[in-house]
Amino acid sequence: MTVGAWEAFWLIVHREMRLSFRRPEQLLQPLVFFLIVTTLFPLGLSLRLSLLKDIAPGVLWVAALLASLLSLDSLFKSDADDGTLEQLALSGQGLTVIVVAKTVAHWLVTGLALVLVSPIVGTALGIPTDAFATMLLSLALGTLTLSWLGAIGAGLTIGLRRGNVLLSLIVLPLATPLLIFGAAATERAISGASVVGALYFLAALCVFTCTLAPFAAAAALRITLE
Amino acid sequence: MNSTPDGLTVDKIHVWRGDRHVLRGVSAQVRAGELVHVSGPNGTGKTTLLRVVSGLLRPEQGQVSWRGRSIVSHRTDYQAALAYAAHEPALKGDLTALENLRFSVGLKRRSSAAELRGALERTGVSACADLPARVLSAGQRRRVSLARVIAMQASVWLLDEPYANLDAAGSELVSALLQGHVEAGGLALVVAHRDLALRCNVRHLELHS
Amino acid sequence: MWTWFYKLASPPHVFGVAVALAPWLFSAAALAIAYGLIAGLAIAPPDYQQGEAFRMIYAHVPSAILSVTVYTVMAVASAVALIWRIKVGHAVAAASAPIGASFTLMTLVTGSLWGRPMWGTYWAWDPRLTSELILLFLYVGVMSLRSAFEDPARGDRAAALLAVVGVVNVPIVHFSVVWWNSLHQGATIVTLEGPKMPGSMLWPLLSMWLGFMLFYGAVLCIRVQAEVLDRERQSAWVREAIKS
Repeated sequence: MTVGAWEAFWLIVHREMRLSFRRPEQLLQPLVFFLIVTTLFPLGLSLRLSLLKDIAPGVLWVAALLASLLSLDSLFKSDADDGTLEQLALSGQGLTVIVVAKTVAHWLVTGLALVLVSPIVGTALGIPTDAFATMLLSLALGTLTLSWLGAIGAGLTIGLRRGNVLLSLIVLPLATPLLIFGAAATERAISGASVVGALYFLAALCVFTCTLAPFAAAAALRITLE
Repeated sequence: MNSTPDGLTVDKIHVWRGDRHVLRGVSAQVRAGELVHVSGPNGTGKTTLLRVVSGLLRPEQGQVSWRGRSIVSHRTDYQAALAYAAHEPALKGDLTALENLRFSVGLKRRSSAAELRGALERTGVSACADLPARVLSAGQRRRVSLARVIAMQASVWLLDEPYANLDAAGSELVSALLQGHVEAGGLALVVAHRDLALRCNVRHLELHS
Repeated sequence: MWTWFYKLASPPHVFGVAVALAPWLFSAAALAIAYGLIAGLAIAPPDYQQGEAFRMIYAHVPSAILSVTVYTVMAVASAVALIWRIKVGHAVAAASAPIGASFTLMTLVTGSLWGRPMWGTYWAWDPRLTSELILLFLYVGVMSLRSAFEDPARGDRAAALLAVVGVVNVPIVHFSVVWWNSLHQGATIVTLEGPKMPGSMLWPLLSMWLGFMLFYGAVLCIRVQAEVLDRERQSAWVREAIKS
């Protein structure tokens, strides 16, 4: 009696969660990186706090992007190293389901964690609390889209020397639209302008990426596995 | 020519790795109840052949069919009937042996924890069921990967060096499992450096450089 | 019918075509560029608003168009190679990437030089130049990915997938950057658009564009020859070709 796609999806998500929580220190790393990078900016600006508030959305977003990218390198690496990726590829479920499950699980423990930590970072950077709703929503959409772009990049760079540098090199240019609209949405929320346009575009990007990226990432894995 | 193709048909496979022509027109036919022992010196492409037959690697030329249908176009059906054991035991170090089985076999067929424990017992590692795989010895990990092969209840077994890291008792176990599998109508392609010493229908495929 | 197509796309055939076409393309390119330069630099009158500076358009605009065209060609060749497993596609993509990157770099440099008299600075985050910069990063990514693999066949396939993913993103990136720039209106009043075009200004520009296209074709032929020979070096026809 074969296993359906949904059942397989949940089984893989369950597997990923269990693996992530067996090493809880690993989960904290991107969050700490997020905090460190945001701390660097005020230090670099000689703590001119008035200026900090103006650039806060950009700083927040760049830090979130970099922190997400750092952790995306490990999306497939561990499975590729110990040979379990091949077992997944031969499980009869097709690489697309596997990629979707792994990426969603990864986002839940990384991207979503960044979103939940962002109010702390936002406050530290001087972002007013009434802009938080927009900030959280834009970060949620943005990190999810980034996870997908990162999945494609990670699939292409598994096992390469300095693959994580190459991963960033590949993914960051593709992520510029995210950064532009995400930071703009937050900025407009702070200044009181309408955020709807920016958020809609961010959502459209997210939907577009979530629809097409799984196939690209699965294709990337197929290329790597050969 | 077969009128009703049965089992695995490997048809003139060519694979290049960079400049090296690793597999040159390899062909084979493995029917139900047969076992093919793939042997040859190091670097002659035994693992590559197994990966081509599993579908992980697409050959430049040639094709593999299962029951008359290409394994590329009928990937899902083929993979449902396939159990592949690579040279590395392919276990997640942070998961217990039982969890490893559950999360890999569980993608192919539904099975209970009792069934999986049974498989572990058949391969002699029931004591390791609740230990994380990273604390197991190489031999124990090999046995867990064999338990996975059993638990998948597949008709096609592709085993790459199943005897590696096993002691005499372990080797006997592998032979017994292969024997049982083939006698029950399954088929197997086994890469091994040693003689298989089986009482069943063993054919040989030797690869040269 | 498909066998005819595969034969057309076979490495020896493509190699032969490239060898035959290259000299013609070079000659035609030289003529077009010569006319464009002479007519554009010497004959066309200076613009009443930008003066002589606008003449940079004759190098800048064709480079910009080519930078995107070459990326598209690279992506199409990559898609053909991935979907139908026609290996010559990888050769064309690999040959095109550095050419496209060079055009992009040229766009950035000429744009920057043109911007100096316009904006008073070499770089003002003009939307078009910014999205060209991101395009340059995309090119670098594809080239780096291809060279990072030890097995060249896998490197080709990985770079091909990235090129296809990138081409989908190029319009999105461009739109986003233009939108971003519109938020900061007033920063650059004069854009690198050039004056309204009377014939004496337009024809040289079109000729330069044609010339650049032909030049791309010519260099592509040369590079494709090298790429095909490199990829097919094990096969019999290459050994024959080298002997003769």
